[in-house]
Amino acid sequence: MGDLGDLGQQYELASKMAILKEPVDTPLAPRLAPLPRTLTVRVWRGAENGGLQQFEVPRLENQTVLDVVTYIQRNLDATLSYRYACRVGMCGSCAMSVNGKARWTCRTHVANVATDDTLEIAPLNNLPVIKDLVTDMAPFFDKWAQAKGQFKGARTRADEFARVLPDSPQRKEVDAAIECIGCGVCYSSCDVVAWNPAYLGPAALNRAWTLVNDVRDTANAPRLAAVAGDAGCHACHTHVTCSERCPKHIAPTAGIAGLKRAVAVAAIKGEL
Amino acid sequence: MSIRTQVLLWTAQRLSAAVLALCVVVHLVTMIYAVRHGLSAADILGRTRGNYAWLIFYATFVAAVAVHAPIGVRTIVGETFGLRGAFVDVALVVLGAALALWGGRAVLAVFAPL
Repeated sequence: MGDLGDLGQQYELASKMAILKEPVDTPLAPRLAPLPRTLTVRVWRGAENGGLQQFEVPRLENQTVLDVVTYIQRNLDATLSYRYACRVGMCGSCAMSVNGKARWTCRTHVANVATDDTLEIAPLNNLPVIKDLVTDMAPFFDKWAQAKGQFKGARTRADEFARVLPDSPQRKEVDAAIECIGCGVCYSSCDVVAWNPAYLGPAALNRAWTLVNDVRDTANAPRLAAVAGDAGCHACHTHVTCSERCPKHIAPTAGIAGLKRAVAVAAIKGEL
Repeated sequence: MSIRTQVLLWTAQRLSAAVLALCVVVHLVTMIYAVRHGLSAADILGRTRGNYAWLIFYATFVAAVAVHAPIGVRTIVGETFGLRGAFVDVALVVLGAALALWGGRAVLAVFAPL
């Protein structure tokens, strides 16, 4: 595996670590050996006006899309730009468009997405492209701020801890939506974001929904006003693509529906 | 346009959609009945003229269309053509008024001769 460069060394190290963990009769060698074929990978190069560049990458078993991109950058073209950090599905920085669908690349196995041993890897849709696979995430996170995604509490450190029962309805709503890692997959997959650039998008609205259900929060009236209307939750057409593609299996569509109900109640009460 | 107005428009479109769902079903059943029973135009007018139930039904139908269609078109022209703003809103108020006028005229025509 030495001819595979750093990636090959990583696999060798991984196999040694696996030997330490797994029973001795596990057939590790055949499972971790390189497959006798290559992967044809077309990767976006340049900024908005760039194009696809083709690479041939050794096909390995248990290979993720991020492994493929890393192999290209370390062995074939060091000028390839892309983002990643944790490699374990926590940081949300490695999302890209893989064969036309936004995915977290560190947890996406090539075997599950490569049809005919080909991959097309591009930057996320609906965001400005800086270079190659790197997008400018500022518009995405700016919309979290516009949706008033910051927690506003009334307690000080001198007060008692707030008691939020785990089985309370609002806490359950928060639990269902709180694990967002900010990867931008939902935002990139949303048709309404593409059609209506002012639309806050699924992630920002999902964040607002967690705060609307946070019993400690004191800023719900301005938050509901911020997430209502043509650029807010009412622009959602319930295509459910965000929920389908969220790698954390969050359903922003459900949160957006909840925001519509909350806004309606606020409007009836004259709080909007 | 204020956020409150945007929310009211969204709500009005959903409520009018619910009304339309019922009205369309009744209208389709009525048309199928008329065709299958070979009712002539004179037969139909004979049943609708002076009938306040049909007047109220079709007036409601027209009102729901006049509310629903312009709000939907507003979203469509915004998302498809990027046309947004006061000019579009005014044009769609005119569209809603026109639909109400034309529809109202048709309702009156089947309720009572003009």
